[in-house]
Amino acid sequence: MMNNIIVLPLIIPIMVGVILVFLRPYVKTQRVISLVTMLGMAGISLYILNKIQTEGILRLDFGGWEPPFGILFVADSFAMLFVLTANIVTAICLIYAFSSIGESHEKMYFYPFVLFLIAGVNGSFLTGDMFNLFVCFEVMLLASYVLVTLGGKKAQLRESIKYVVINILSSWFFLVALAYLYGALGTLNMAHLSERVAEVGQGPLLTTISIIFLIVFSLKAGLLLFFWLPGSYSVPPTAIAALFGALLTKVGIYALFRTFTLIFYHEPSITHTLIGIMAGVTLVLGCIGAIAYKDVRLIASYNVVIAVGFILVGLAVATQASLEGSIYYVIHDMVAKAMLFLIAGTMIALTGKTKINEISGLIRNYPLFGWMVFVVTCSLAGIPPLSGFVGKVLVGQGAIESGSYILLALAFLSSIVVLYSLLRIFLSSIFGETIISVEDEVPLKKGMIISIVLLAIGTVSLGLGAEFISGYVSDAAHTLFNPSVYIEAVLGGNK
Amino acid sequence: MKINDVILRTVTKIVVFIILTFGVYLFLSGHNTPGGGFIGGLVLASAIVLLYLSHDIETVQKSLPLDFKLVAASGVLLATGTGIGSLLFGAPFMSQTFAYFDLPVFGKTELTTVTIFEAGVALAVVGVVVTIILSISEDE
Amino acid sequence: METLIILLIGILVAVATYLILSRNIIRVILGTAVLSHAVHLLILTLGGLKTGNVPLLTEADAPYTDALPQALILTAIVISFAVTAFILVLAYRAYQDIGTDDLDALRGTNDE
Repeated sequence: MMNNIIVLPLIIPIMVGVILVFLRPYVKTQRVISLVTMLGMAGISLYILNKIQTEGILRLDFGGWEPPFGILFVADSFAMLFVLTANIVTAICLIYAFSSIGESHEKMYFYPFVLFLIAGVNGSFLTGDMFNLFVCFEVMLLASYVLVTLGGKKAQLRESIKYVVINILSSWFFLVALAYLYGALGTLNMAHLSERVAEVGQGPLLTTISIIFLIVFSLKAGLLLFFWLPGSYSVPPTAIAALFGALLTKVGIYALFRTFTLIFYHEPSITHTLIGIMAGVTLVLGCIGAIAYKDVRLIASYNVVIAVGFILVGLAVATQASLEGSIYYVIHDMVAKAMLFLIAGTMIALTGKTKINEISGLIRNYPLFGWMVFVVTCSLAGIPPLSGFVGKVLVGQGAIESGSYILLALAFLSSIVVLYSLLRIFLSSIFGETIISVEDEVPLKKGMIISIVLLAIGTVSLGLGAEFISGYVSDAAHTLFNPSVYIEAVLGGNK
Repeated sequence: MKINDVILRTVTKIVVFIILTFGVYLFLSGHNTPGGGFIGGLVLASAIVLLYLSHDIETVQKSLPLDFKLVAASGVLLATGTGIGSLLFGAPFMSQTFAYFDLPVFGKTELTTVTIFEAGVALAVVGVVVTIILSISEDE
Repeated sequence: METLIILLIGILVAVATYLILSRNIIRVILGTAVLSHAVHLLILTLGGLKTGNVPLLTEADAPYTDALPQALILTAIVISFAVTAFILVLAYRAYQDIGTDDLDALRGTNDE
């Protein structure tokens, strides 16, 4: 099978990123090229997504080495929905970066590293091989290490050391899990792994290995083990924080979904119960964090944690409806979290203050911006016409079907807390007496508000046009729910 | 304080060439015996680092005016370029090929596209290693 | 042989854990480096030690060892090399800017 097009989301950003290294002094050229690349990639992803609907799951064997021997890329609807959304969100974050990141960052290879980051993210979504997943994770993480430290402020250096060390540790745990898996099953191709686990049965040994994977991916996704997340997501410049908030945890979530629906789905009473407990605890702790802090960036970071908990509730219940709901919610969350981080960053840029009780009355100075905050609040809380709604309803439906009422209750209580934590920002910082007099007013840069409005349009149209993407989402959930579809696409035809 | 490094400098002058030759040897032998672009690149980089140690950075940069970040970048470009190259011939990404040629001096020689890929890897390794060493040794 | 290597891996992991738990950044970095070696050995051991000939094209007449673990380890070594180099530079910069290599002092306060 020959589908060279599905390697493009990995290889184009790497090559363009490298070319941008040569163009270091020409900031304008770098901006244009990186934005055009991201838009082009979004176009390619959309094309691949539509191709999957007509031709089924696509597969590319690198160098012609057929599975299970070579490494390969597999594009199904689930992966491509993630890739498409990630690329669009990155493009919008780049527009924000143009007007906010500053020339010194742009000359310190900001654009190349964003492109390397997106290459790692796309690679992680598309790969069909466990070890290749590790490599793509590392590409993404190395780029993120650089982006976290870019600028070299004291707080950044301090937080990035913790971020890097914790990720290195979890990477080595990933390798330990891979070693055990290879020792136990003798293969690393995901479809082949799934087949072999089904053949020998998921005994205690394999379940233990799956739990090591659970720990590793939980660290990356911020499921329960999120202690590193608020610190490192609140120090980098806004555009970078938005990219992190929107994309990085989603890669961990993707890996969790892939592993526990494709490979280790035989012992749900152990693994999925554990995921459920972790998701529940994550929801509770995330809610406490979101209410406890007054720093906008920390509130935004804890909202990431809550979303991770919510999405994983969908995996813990693991009915087709809940998986579909989780996919809707991930797509929504990428858009809405990017918007939330951009808004938090803009508030800080406009006022120079980070605490919500020190900021007040922004709506009088910047009316459009004020209403955007309202949009993101409604969207994240899951109020009907906006994008969060469909996902929440479907996850809820799945939870009712399988009788997980505790998770259901926690998931919906968390929505109320999200609403409360964001309304708190809205009421105290956006409404109220203005603190900025007309002469001190910092003009809101066009690029900032344009990117926020674009994301707002995204979340509204995702909500209103849920019907439009439902075909893709149900196909993705169908593949997740029936591993044989994926296995047949990868291993069928050359046995 | 000026340290007396006559011995180091004298030895370096000879040893650098041995290391460079060994690096090239490792690089070329990597096709189906132990060696390859990564190891070859590391050895080549160690020769350059030795030059930096025995002479100071400015002197070396005068005779070797390379921006090693760009060396690394061109290495990555070369390596990914060979991957992309196979797309042009309608083969799967990263496909490699080889053929035998009669060259004037070497006689019958096997030439492969893997060598280009490995050259990219070697360049990337040299670039990255030297960049790292330089960024640690820069004193502000 | 496998048992010996597993014992060695155990010792390396113990050393790494001890180093990672200390407060000095350089010790933590050394710890992660030692841990990476332990993991590489683990991959090698679980892939099966020396059960055949060298997996080289020129000596392929006998049954040869599984070459995949070595490929995995080579990739992992490259990655660990890059990551270790990066964090060393990072630690050095942090030491220059903040003036400490003590992780307790790097904890930071909520006011910043």
